[in-house]
Formats: sequence, C-alpha cells, structure tokens
Amino acid sequence: MGYPAVLASLSGPGSSPLPPHVKPLVNDFSLQVATVNGSGSQTANSVLLRAIFQMGIPVSGKNLFPSNIAGLPTWYTIRLSKDGWIARKRGHELLVAMNPETAADDAAAMGPGGVLVWNDAIPRPSVPEDRIVYGVPFAKIVEPIVPDAKLRRLVVNMVYVGVVASLLSIEMKEVEAAIQGMLGRKKKALEMNLAAARAGFEWAAANLGKRDGLRVERMNKTAGKILIDGNAAAAIGSMFGGVTVVTWYPITPSSSLVESLIGFLEKYRRDPATGKNTFCVVQAEDELAAVGMVLGAGWAGARSLTSTSGPGISLMSEFAGLGYFAELPGVIWDIQRIGPSTGLPTRTSQGDVGKLATLSHGDTRHVVLFPSSVRDCFEYGMLALDLAERLQIPVFVASDLDLGMNQWMSDPFPYPEKPIDRGKVLSAEQLARLPKFERYRDVDGDGICWRTIPGTPHPAAAYFTRGSGHNEAAQYTERPEDYVRLVDRLAKKYETAKTLVPKPDVEIRRGSEIGLLAYGTTHWAIVEAREELRREGIDPSTFLLRALPFTPELASYVAAHDRVYVVEQNRDGQMADLVRLEVGAEAGKIRSIRHYDGLPIDARSVVEGVLAAEREGVAVR
Amino acid sequence: MTEAPSVPKNRVGLAKAEYRGGKSTLCPGCGHDAITSSIVEAAFDYGVDPQRVVKLSGIGCSSKTPAYFLGRSHGFNAVHGRMPSVATGTFAANRTLIPIGVSGDGDTASIGMGQFVHLVRRNVPCVYLIENNGVYGLTKGQFSATADVGSLQKGGRKNELPPIDCCAIAIELGCGFVARSFSGDPKQLRPILKAAFAFPGTSVIDIVSPCVTFNDHEGSTKSYDYAKEHDEPLHQIGFVPFWEHVDVEIAPGEAKDVEMPDGSRLRLQKIKEEYDPSDRLGAMRVIHEARAEGRLVTGLLFLDPKKRTFAEDADLVEEPLSTLPEERVRPPRKVLEEIMQGFRVGSA
Ligand SMILES: Cc1ncc(C[n+]2csc(CCOP(=O)(O)OP(=O)(O)O)c2C)c(N)n1
Ligand code: SF4
Ligand SMILES: [Mg+2]
Repeated sequence: MGYPAVLASLSGPGSSPLPPHVKPLVNDFSLQVATVNGSGSQTANSVLLRAIFQMGIPVSGKNLFPSNIAGLPTWYTIRLSKDGWIARKRGHELLVAMNPETAADDAAAMGPGGVLVWNDAIPRPSVPEDRIVYGVPFAKIVEPIVPDAKLRRLVVNMVYVGVVASLLSIEMKEVEAAIQGMLGRKKKALEMNLAAARAGFEWAAANLGKRDGLRVERMNKTAGKILIDGNAAAAIGSMFGGVTVVTWYPITPSSSLVESLIGFLEKYRRDPATGKNTFCVVQAEDELAAVGMVLGAGWAGARSLTSTSGPGISLMSEFAGLGYFAELPGVIWDIQRIGPSTGLPTRTSQGDVGKLATLSHGDTRHVVLFPSSVRDCFEYGMLALDLAERLQIPVFVASDLDLGMNQWMSDPFPYPEKPIDRGKVLSAEQLARLPKFERYRDVDGDGICWRTIPGTPHPAAAYFTRGSGHNEAAQYTERPEDYVRLVDRLAKKYETAKTLVPKPDVEIRRGSEIGLLAYGTTHWAIVEAREELRREGIDPSTFLLRALPFTPELASYVAAHDRVYVVEQNRDGQMADLVRLEVGAEAGKIRSIRHYDGLPIDARSVVEGVLAAEREGVAVR
Repeated sequence: MTEAPSVPKNRVGLAKAEYRGGKSTLCPGCGHDAITSSIVEAAFDYGVDPQRVVKLSGIGCSSKTPAYFLGRSHGFNAVHGRMPSVATGTFAANRTLIPIGVSGDGDTASIGMGQFVHLVRRNVPCVYLIENNGVYGLTKGQFSATADVGSLQKGGRKNELPPIDCCAIAIELGCGFVARSFSGDPKQLRPILKAAFAFPGTSVIDIVSPCVTFNDHEGSTKSYDYAKEHDEPLHQIGFVPFWEHVDVEIAPGEAKDVEMPDGSRLRLQKIKEEYDPSDRLGAMRVIHEARAEGRLVTGLLFLDPKKRTFAEDADLVEEPLSTLPEERVRPPRKVLEEIMQGFRVGSA
C-alpha cells in the first residue's frame, strides 16, 4: 500500500479515543530528537522543522551538540508555538530516542502524557505508566530501502521523520517538499530519503494506534517568511553593508558567519567586468592577527570585519585598546559561547558582555551591539560597519550561539534604503581647499575628527598613527594635559555614540512597578514570560537593550519602575552590574536573573526568577 | 615647494628633504638612526612616491623610527610584534600602497614570530626591516632571541640560548627577497633597500644595528666593533634603476646582473667567491657556516623575483578596495531578493 492509500484508509491519527488523562495539545509543544553526533540526523531534523513551518505553524529549532565530531550525544528540539513564541521551552512533550546512552534520562525528563518514540534496537527506557510509548523497529524499516549498511545508518533518521509525521499529522507532502528542498540536487540521496520517510510514515500509520494528544494542524502564520540562522543573516547584512576586508580564525560558533559570507561574496561580489574580487578574505594565523588585519584595513579605508567567540575576544584585547585610542574602524562579531575551549564550547552564553564593555587596558569603552533576532543580525551587519567608520572605533557585535547557529523564522530582510556611511574622510580635493589638516582636531565638536586614508594623493594627507601619545596635529607628546585632552575627547565621542547606536525597544505598562530588561536572545524569553507573569497578576514593562553605550532611555526606564529585573545568560549578572554603574543612585532598584546552564534561556526561568524575588522581596544578586 | 632651483629633485620631482621625517629621539649613535638615513637616501634615489608609502611598525626603539623618515607618508606605530597583521590588512585594503614595515629583533623574533612567518608565507608586499641589536633596547637591554650563544650582556651575563636567524626562517618559508646588512655599511644597505622597493612581494632585510647604550661593549656580538671586524659581504651590490640604462660590459665570473620585475637591475660584483642568490640551499649553507664560524655574512642572500604575491592569490581587483564606490560593494536589490528566496521554505 503506498502512503496516499494508507492516508485514505485511516481516519488519521487520533482515530482511537484518547484516555482521559491525555490532554490534546495542538501546535503548542516541543519535540526532541536524541541521536549520536555524526549520525547524520541534521538533515532529518531540518526536514521536520521545515515541514511544520510549511504548514504555517510558528516553529523554532535548537540544536544542542557536543564539542565533538562523532560519537557523543546530541539533541535537536523543535518548538511549535501557535502563539508565536520562539524562545526555548523547558522540557519536551515528544521524544524520539535513538541514542541508548541518553534515552533513560531524556525519557525521564518528560512529564505525564509525554510521548516516547523509541528505537526498539536499544534498551527500552523505563517510564511511568502515564507516558505513552511507541516502539519502532527502525532497523527493520530501513533495511529494504538502503542496501548499503553504512548509508543505512544515515538514512534511518529519515524514518523517524516519517513516523513522527504520521503520529502528529504532519502532512507528508510538506515532508516531501522539505526533503526535496534540502536534497533536490542529489538525486540518489533524494530518492533514498524520500523512500525512508514514506516507509516510516506507512509503518507508523499501519502499526501505531494513536494514543497521545499531540497534533499538528495547518495554520497560516508563516506565509512568506524565511528560516535562517543568525550567522548567515549577519553575513548577508555585512555583504550589503559593503564589507571589503574579512579576516577570521575558525572557532565554533562563529565560523559559519565567515563561511557563509565567503559563499555570498564569491557569488555576488566578483567584479562583473574582470571576474576579480571586490573583497579580500584572509584566514589569519590567530585572532591577534585577525583583529590586527581588520584594524590595519580599517585604517587604510576598507570596511573590515572579523568574527570570533570568547577565546578569540580574549586574544584581541590588546588591539581593541589600540583601536579605541588610535581611532581605527573595524567590526568584531562575537558569537558568544560558554567559557574556555575546554568548557562547554558548543553551548550558548552571554558571558562576554562585561568584558566587551571595556575590553583591553586603560580607559577604554566600546560600542557593543546586541542583536536579538536574525533580522537584527542582518541590520547590524550593515550598521556596525557604518558605526565603525562614523565613530572611527572598533565596534563589537555580541551575538550568541543560539542566535548564530540555530534556525529562526523571520520576515524576509528588506533592501537597505540608506546609503552606506563612510564617516569623516577627507579627499585630496577637500584637503586642497583646507588651510590645514590636523588629524585629531575636533572641528565639529562631536569628538569625531576628520581622517585621511593612506594613498590620498595630497602632500598634506599624511599623519602618524600611534596609541594615545599624540596631540591634535598627531605629533608625539607625553604632556599630561595633552593626554587628558585626548581621552576627554574620546569620552565625548562616546557621548556622540549614544546618539547613533540603536535605541532600546521599550514597552511600558502603565502603573507597573516592575520592569524587565534583557538583551540579545534573552529578549524572547522575557516577552513570553511577561504573558505568564500577567496570569500571576504581575504585568511588567519590558526593555530590549540594543547597544552599549546606554542611551538616556535606560535612566528613564529605571526611574519609572520600582524594581528592574535584568535578565541574562551568565552567572554573575554582568549586564546588571553595568546597569547599576550607569544608574548610580538608583542602583538599588536593579535585580538580576541569570540563566547559565548552556541551554538557551526559557520563559519559565524568568517567571520563576521574578516570582521568587518578588516573594522574598529582596534583591537577588 | 620653495626650494631653490639648485636643489636636486628625483624622478617624482621631490627633493631629499621631503623624504625626511621628525627629529629622532633615539640615543645618539644608535644604529637605528643610521638605518633611517639609509631609508631616506634609498627612497629618494629610487623615487618612491611618499603618498603611496605606508610606514608600519611594532614596538621598540626600532619601531619608533618610522616617525623619523618619510614625513609625507602615512605611519602607524602598532602594538608589539603585530605589525605584520596591520601591514596585511593595510595592503588588503589598498593594494597600490607600498608598505615599509620596521621591526626590532625582539618585535620580530620573539613576540612577533607568529605574525612574521605568516606575513612571509602569504608574501604580502612589504619591505620588512629587522633592526637587529640582539637586545630589547626600549626595555633596557634584556637579551633578545637573536643574541648569539656566548654573547655577553652589559652586566656580564652570558647568553646560552641559540639565536633565531630570521633570514634562515624567511628563506625556509619561501620568501622571495632575503638580505642581511649592517647599519654601519650604508653603501651596501642602500642598494639593497632600493632593490626591495623594486621587489613586488615581501622582502626581509635583517640589519645588524648596534644598541650603543645596552649592547655595544666588549663581548657582545652585536657591537659596532664586532660587526666591523666580522662583516663579510657576499658581493658588492649596485642598483641600476629601470629608468637608467648603463650598458657596461661585465666580465664573466666577475659580476652578475639580476633583473627585477620593474626592469631595474641588481649588479652583484664578486668579492671572494662567486655567490648565486637564486640558490636557496646554497644560501642556507652560507648562513649555517657563518654562524658556526662567528662571521657576519651580509648581502643579498636569496632572490626569487617572480614569486606570486598576496594580491594575486587573493585575486583582487586592480583598484584599492578602500575606495570602491557603493555600487561596487553593495549588490543590487535583486540579489537580496534572490538570497531571500533561497531561505524561503515552502512547498508553494
Ligand atoms: C605586549 C607588550 N609586552 C611588552 C612590551 C614592552 N616592550 C616594549 S619594547 C620591547 C622590546 C623591544 O625590543 P626590540 O624589538 O628588539 O626593539 P629595540 O628597542 O631593541 O629596537 C618590549 C618587550 C610591550 N610594549 N608590549
Ligand atoms: S637604547 Fe639602544 S636601541 Fe634604544 S635608542 Fe638607545 S641605542 Fe638605540
Ligand atoms: Mg632589539
């Protein structure tokens, strides 16, 4: 029987009446697939995600993977949310257990009514009575489809796609379209994977009596939308931002930013007349060199960027200071992850923000952008390059693994309407009309001086660049008053930066004593938490912080509330501390909620944090 | 300019004074200042366009010197040991620039070794000068990694560690222009510098440059006296720029002409034995033997004028990336639409 026939012969999953303790859940649950790293489950998981997305249901997919090429456990979670919540949800309602090592723990993590799809080749995880268990003979199903045993190991993943599709009523035509979309060009793989998904679907339809309450139903909330990861979005933004010099040293989770950028540049930024590159990508020997190249390129007039993660940021520290003092443009993406290389390098974190704020030695202060969405990644890809040249400084963009490497829904990105901003650069013609050129003279009163780029064909263009030991005319000086004048001007420039960085997104609830504040991906957990808190009788305002330096909106927000919860993904409340410093006398209002286990933050953690603190009535630090 | 008409001008119409820089703040007699003078002379003679030169350096007494020459060129005093990355980025931004990188033995052979070897490996066009005094001058005389075994510090302490030879490393990495010289021998250094200006890739020039304050004493192998006594030039070097045609017959076996890609010629006149700078292994042998025998062998050690450069490898457009107009760096609307289409997921 082909699968359309199976479909016709069944009245669909849910045909048998549900036991009383099983509640129906439609388009509002999470499913988790637990496999072994390197087993090729990535494609299968993406197919599931896309098929659901194509049925119009808001989804988000999160890949939890180890620092390993093959052999360690890995999980993929898909959250369906009819209401459009895209933060991670704690727990899962359906588990596909393919990995014997983690099956018991993964199954135990499910609550009553949880659904276990279990590979019957591994020991059956023991679960309480009120969980629903479906055993599936994956090996037997895949065997006739794939003669080659090695290939079978990969294709078996597509069988669970079919099984899950059958159980949840995911339309098979969408599954097939998703497979087609991902493997369309590889004919043999396509055929085999289609067959495997169908076999899983048919087997489940024929053999599994639906006993659970989970169901997917078509909606129309994803029409016209895209699914993309933040790193690809950042790459696209950077290309449209006119990046010309790109340097990098590979590190997860940032590599895919530059890797996708290389792909786009090679496709769209070759000179049509000569076929030559209008960009230069250098894989540097380390991050010290990567950032040195970026600042050298920025100094010489290129729009330059590098991308890294925490360990690389540490190595860039000295240059970050030079860039600040010597006023060198350049963009540094930090796709944050947990701790050192032998920490949990493939888990997400917001643990670099405290360091980024003043990275380096001496009186440095940096401009840091915090993208919270893939759309932000795209926009900041362009904006960061503009700001770096406008302000003549290194600009940091602090993304994270969750945003950078996971798939997020978005409206398609709009074409930039504003022209590229190259900042204050004097041409030879302008120099010819000026009585004199002094590189570090603040002629406009905004702390930003005019610069020339090397190669400018005018005898007065040249100047000498060094750290902070120079006067307005770029001459060497160690006089105390010259130094003070310089760093005070840099402070003024930082004030100017406040007028140029993206403003926060603030939603004030009139009369609310409580405000939530988050940045980056944490935002999605606080907006969802707000809805839950409402049900608890608390209706907090929200503040999405988009950048450092803080803008005046922060002080007003803190002034307007009695308690402000700064929510973030690090242990020490790094941003909470920065906010306390900023608001000075009002620092007592700042409370801190932290989530730092390496999993993306979920709304529940925020709700619990707020409720606990409100109950205790004390500041939690 | 207001110079009297009698002031000689070079091929780009500039007087020598226009190749000078600010006043040096180094110790009087420092070898680095002599190198600065040679750079001024060589740049003037060769007619380098100062508006296309970028002077880059790391940190150290040596790295301060770009402020003392070519005042009409952009300069960048970077961080310790990291000038190569700045040079790479600068050149990537604008391939029409002529980077002159000034470094010290500490700046290159210790903290900067990583970046140095990768600059050489990429063959980033750059005249890379190592002003080599065997010590960290600016931090007051500690041994550097180029100090010879047995060389004595001012306080009498002996260096026991083997020296790092930057020329040998450069040759090993395939550098197309490797020379060694002595700050006190401008007659040799200047033609080498001019040849380096004419060379399209990385040229590494290791220049023994005595530190009069911390390493010019008896027992030091980087002192003026030691260098003078042990200097053994491989050849006499003459540089004939491409715009001058001197057709002097050269006796076979006495001299050798090497043509640079811009048409300039290097005339290498035999001193004792014939030396072939295109022989990589021969160069390595000379370096190793010289070290074993405590001789300072100077001259053009190795030359491969045809080596592929970074700009070719990166397949860059001819114009500087830095000044490409917006329409060449921001793809049109339809490109974004095409990319977005690729991320649209849908059966429809
Ligand atoms: C990161 C860092 N570490 C240490 C120093 C201190 N420092 C300044 S110059 C120098 C050594 C320079 O030696 P060399 O390159 O041989 O230059 P010289 O002064 O001998 O010409 C050191 C260690 C520094 N500036 N930066
Ligand atoms: S300390 Fe040595 S290297 Fe430094 S300026 Fe004085 S003589 Fe030159
Ligand atoms: Mg030295």
